[in-house]
Amino acid sequence: MTETATASKEPIKASELDPKFKYELSKMHGSEKLLKCFQCGTCTSDCPVARFSDSYRPRTIIRMAQLGLRERVLKSDTLWLCAACFTCTDRCPQDVEVASVIRVLRNLAAEKGCVPQVFKDQAGSVLESGYAYKIPELRVKKRESQGLPPLPKGNSESVRKSLKGVKFFEALEKKGEPGGQ
Amino acid sequence: MGSKYLIFLGCAVPYRVAAYEISARKILRKLGVELVEMPEFNCCGLPLDPVSHETMLILAARNLALAEQQGLNILTLCPGCAGTLKKVNKILKADKSLREQINGHLNEAGLEFKGTVNTKHIVQVLMEDVGLASIKSAVVKPLTMLQVAEHVGCHLLRPKEYIGFDDPEDPQFLKTLIEATGATCLDYIDETECCGAPSVGVSDKVALQLARDKLNHVKEAGAQALITICAFCHIMFDTNEVRIERMFNEAYGIPVLHYPQLLGLAMGMTPEELAFNELRVDTSKLLKIVADGAK
Repeated sequence: MTETATASKEPIKASELDPKFKYELSKMHGSEKLLKCFQCGTCTSDCPVARFSDSYRPRTIIRMAQLGLRERVLKSDTLWLCAACFTCTDRCPQDVEVASVIRVLRNLAAEKGCVPQVFKDQAGSVLESGYAYKIPELRVKKRESQGLPPLPKGNSESVRKSLKGVKFFEALEKKGEPGGQ
Repeated sequence: MGSKYLIFLGCAVPYRVAAYEISARKILRKLGVELVEMPEFNCCGLPLDPVSHETMLILAARNLALAEQQGLNILTLCPGCAGTLKKVNKILKADKSLREQINGHLNEAGLEFKGTVNTKHIVQVLMEDVGLASIKSAVVKPLTMLQVAEHVGCHLLRPKEYIGFDDPEDPQFLKTLIEATGATCLDYIDETECCGAPSVGVSDKVALQLARDKLNHVKEAGAQALITICAFCHIMFDTNEVRIERMFNEAYGIPVLHYPQLLGLAMGMTPEELAFNELRVDTSKLLKIVADGAK
């Protein structure tokens, strides 16, 4: 995945701004405190990913959300670089829960079908076996010789029933693609 | 003594990190912690939180509901699993309407979340249930000849509001547990930083740069080994160490041990028993230092 979008130098047009976006986000679980951010930059300066990425800047993402740059932020590749280490959340002087705001934005992007393949693979695997990874048969068999008890079998039927009605999974099951795109 | 837990393996441990499970089960048995297998559990939910928060809540709550049926608290080897199960337990206990919404999903599968069990990571069980005194008295071969570094990782500590364990800015528990084996635990720059694992698959280059940065600091500190307590962190440093060396033209050769392997050695178990053969980075030099020092 290339790093673009948030670092995009494309000029922002007034028509891109959606003034309602920030209020929508303020009502969602995890991004309630978005409006409290005053752009001090603690999140970005403490972010281990920002240190090595040319474009991932949590402060920029928060500002884009506040400004209502809905499309630009949701289509941004860099949104997916957050490692969820929660350093920004713990250190934010305004208690914005930065990592949770980014998670809310990712969820919205995923609903639109913008989601890296790795997450689709994991979601598919959870539906199939209950586990996020396809555990090789060889590993499962080797357990006995390693003195380990058998690997508990997942109950995929029960998992599927529990996830009934969840938008992301419905789209995944229907078209094999979240967001149906 | 006499603790009994359901063991929640999660996905990464059975997928790729057998040595962690093998060594953890051995030391826990010897320290009097009884483990009961957890049937039909599923992914803790954390990996899917980025794409669907609701999914994460349902998956975590399903695991908690299963544990509630057994009437046993949960022990995990993965801090991500522990953090997620703790966090969701707390969120759903506090938010009635969300709890009802999630229970609506679980009811479809004949399950219900009540909020009656707790989750602990193995480090927390060692500190709180077993206790330092018991651990120290189980150490028969003190590893005083070793100087190691710790990597606590993120999810055992952060976000502090939900985890409420140790000090995220200056964590002490793993260090204390390492020192209980007789080894010295060295400080190094950016000790509490992320290993980069969650960014693998999105940008391997950025993820590996994070791990490289940490390995550089661990090397500068002069550590003979790096000690982890997380499957993902271990994969980043052990499985990927050679890849990082090649990619960035570095040379580390730093063995990466799961904490239970270190403790197991100090408790008199052999490297074979503790599945040292499963580790990617060569540990023969390290084991020679231990063997020579023990004479």
